[in-house]
Amino acid sequence: MRKLLFGVGVLLAVHVALLFVRPEGASAIPTGEGLDIGIVFDMGGRGDKSFNDGAYRGAELAMRDLGARVRFVEPGDGSDREAGLRLLAAEGMDLVIGVGFIFTDDLTQLAREYPQTDFAGVDLAVSTDSAGAVIQPPPNLAALKFREEQGSFLVGALAALVSRESRIGDRNYTPTRRIGFVGGMDIPLIHKFEAGYRAGVLHVCPDCTVVAQYAGVTPEAFRNPGRGKELALSQYQSGVNVIFHAAGSTGLGVFEAARASGKLAIGVDADQYEEAPGYILTSMVKGVDAAVFDAIKRVQDGTFHGGIYEFGLADGGVGYIYDDANRALIPDSIRTRLLSLQDSIVAGRIPVPTERR
Amino acid sequence: MSSGSEAEVTAIGSPVGPSGGRRDRLAAALLPPLMALALAAVVGDLLILAFGEAPREVYRLLIEGTWGNAYGLGQVLYKATTLTCTGLAFAIAARAGLFNIGGESQIAAGGFAAGTVGFLLPAAMPALLAVPLLVLAAMAGGGVVGAVPGALKARFGANEVIVTIMLNFIVLALLNYAVSSHLHVPETLHTPEIAAGVIPRLADFSSTFRGSAANLSMLIVVAAAALLWWYLFRTRRGYELRAVGLQPDAAEYGGVRVGSVWTRAMIISGAVAGLGGINYVLGYKHYYEEGFATGSGFLGIAVALVGRNHPVGVMLAALLFATLSQGGLAVNALVPKQMVDVLQAVVILAMVTSVPEVQRVLRAGLRGVRS
Repeated sequence: MRKLLFGVGVLLAVHVALLFVRPEGASAIPTGEGLDIGIVFDMGGRGDKSFNDGAYRGAELAMRDLGARVRFVEPGDGSDREAGLRLLAAEGMDLVIGVGFIFTDDLTQLAREYPQTDFAGVDLAVSTDSAGAVIQPPPNLAALKFREEQGSFLVGALAALVSRESRIGDRNYTPTRRIGFVGGMDIPLIHKFEAGYRAGVLHVCPDCTVVAQYAGVTPEAFRNPGRGKELALSQYQSGVNVIFHAAGSTGLGVFEAARASGKLAIGVDADQYEEAPGYILTSMVKGVDAAVFDAIKRVQDGTFHGGIYEFGLADGGVGYIYDDANRALIPDSIRTRLLSLQDSIVAGRIPVPTERR
Repeated sequence: MSSGSEAEVTAIGSPVGPSGGRRDRLAAALLPPLMALALAAVVGDLLILAFGEAPREVYRLLIEGTWGNAYGLGQVLYKATTLTCTGLAFAIAARAGLFNIGGESQIAAGGFAAGTVGFLLPAAMPALLAVPLLVLAAMAGGGVVGAVPGALKARFGANEVIVTIMLNFIVLALLNYAVSSHLHVPETLHTPEIAAGVIPRLADFSSTFRGSAANLSMLIVVAAAALLWWYLFRTRRGYELRAVGLQPDAAEYGGVRVGSVWTRAMIISGAVAGLGGINYVLGYKHYYEEGFATGSGFLGIAVALVGRNHPVGVMLAALLFATLSQGGLAVNALVPKQMVDVLQAVVILAMVTSVPEVQRVLRAGLRGVRS
C-alpha cells in the first residue's frame, strides 16, 4: 500500500514538473485578425486518402493562398458531430464546414442558432417538401453537392471497355464481361456511385454483368481495408479485371488485392494512383478540395451566401484522372469514346440514374 | 506489497476481509484509480511534448472544455449516461461469470425499439404515458438481443463471447436494413421524429446548458444503477447470480439453477444496455439514427473493468471516460484526438493490472521467469 502511495506521489511530482515545460513554437488557439475556418471531419476521419483528405487539401490550400487559419475537429461518436460544430461556432469562426451528409441536421440547426456565422456542408442532403419542391437550406448554410453518378458513369464505361482488351500496359488479361464494384457502407449515397457506374458499363456493353458488393452496413465499412481486400480478391478470382471502389479507406484493401492479382482498380474521390502505381486504371475524382477552397474564398471575398452549389462534369466538379501516370493504361480509342460520352452527358443527351433499379 | 495484499482484496465490490479497517479499505479502493490517473497524466504530458505543444495549455483546454463550463459539463454527463448503461450491462453479466461483448448491438436495438415505437405512437398521446412506454420499449429491445446468447448458453452451453460478437453483426445489419430500406427519412439515415413524448433536456430548465445534449435520461439511468446494486447485493436472486459467477459448480451443488441464472443475467444485461439507447433517441435527437452509439458498447467493457463491476464504480468510470472523450474534442486543435485514446488505454491497463487476481497471475509469471 505504501509503495502504491509513493508511486502516486512520484508520478504527480513528475506531472507537475512537466506542466512547466513549454516547447519552442507551441501554438496558441487562433484568434484575432484574418480568416478563421473550422472543419469537422466525417467519422472516417483524416488519412482516408480520399474524401476527408480532399477537404483537408482544400483547407491547406486556403491556408497557403489566402492566409486562413484552420482548426480541425475529428468526432468520435454521434453526439460529437454537433459538439464539434458548436465548439467551432462558439469560438467565433468565420466559416464552419462539416464534411459528410451525416452533418445535415446538425448544420441546419447550428446555422439557425448562429446566424452571424457562415456554414458549409460537403454532401449536405437537401430535402423536398410534400409537393416535391426543394427546401432551401438557411441563408448562411451552403450545401456543396456533387454529381457522383456522372463521374461514375464515365469510369463504368472505361471499366467495361478496358475489360474487353487482352493487353493493358505491359500485362496480359483474359477479356471478360464481368465488371467489379466494391462499396463501403450500404447506403443511398454510395448506391448513387453504383447506379452511375452500372449505367456506364451497360451503356457501352449491354450484356456485361456488374458484380457489386458492399463492405458492411455500419460506418466502420468505410475504414476496413481487410474486408476490402477480401471482397476484391474474390471478385478478381471470379474473372473480374477491373474494380471500382467507393469505400473510403476500405478501398486501400482493394488496391492491395489488385496488386496481388496483377489486375486493375479504379480509385475514388481523389487521385489515388500513388497507392498502387501501375494497378490504378484511373480515379473518379470529386473536387471536394476545390469546393472547400471555393467556399473559403467566397467568405474572404464577402460573396458567400447560403444555398445549393452543385458540382458536376460540366464544371469539373467530378471527373476522372487521365495524365502521364495512367496514359499507358488507357488506349487512345477508349479515351476518344469517353470524351464523346462526357459531351453527351454534359449536353443532357444521356440521362444518368442516381438510384439503383 | 505484502502488508497491502489483505487490504487489496477489499477493493470496491470485492468481499470485505475480516481485518480490513475502514481507512485501509478506502485507501485500497482509491489508490489504484489514483495511480492510473497519475500515470495517464504523465503519459499525456510526454505525448503532448512529443507533438511540440505545452502540456499546461492542453490540460487547461481539456478541463475548460469539460468541467469548466455548463455546456462542457452537460456533454460529459450526456456521454457518461450512455457509458454507464453499457458499463453496467457488461458488469452484471460479468458478475454472473459471462462476458457480454454484445453491448454494441444491444444499445442499438434498444434505441431502435424506442425510436420506432416512438414515431408510431399518435402525437396526441400524453407524454407521461408515452415516455415510460418508450423506456420500456428500449429495455425490451436490448433485452431480446441479450436473451438469445443467454438462452443458448443455458440450453446448449454455447459460448456467450462468440454468440454476442456474432449477434452484433447480425443485429446491426438487420437494423440497418430496416432503417435504410424502409423507415428512413429520405436523404438521411434516421427514422422520423418522435411526436408523442420525449425526455426533456437540461437546457429546457436552465439556459446555461444551452446546446448541450444532456437530458433527464441520466436520472433514469442513475435510478437503474441503484436498482441494480440493490438487486445484486440485497436480494436472493442477486446472491445466486454472484455465486454462479464465482463458482458455477458450487452454486449448482448448493441448489441454484445455473442455466436460468445465466439467461436472466443476460436479459438484464441486454435490457440495461438497451436503456442506454434512450439517452440519444428520447433525450437528444428524438429519432433513431444509424450508428448513433457506435463504439459505446465496446467502451462500456473498459468502463466496467475500471469500475470493478460495481454500480458506483461503473458510474465513476463512465464519468472519467466521458471526460476524456469530450476533452479530446476540446484539445483537438492542438493534438490529435488519438492522444485521448492512448490515455484511455493507459487508464485501462493500469487499472486492470491493479486487480488482485491479475496481480497474482503476474507475480506467478514473474516467479516462473526467475526460476
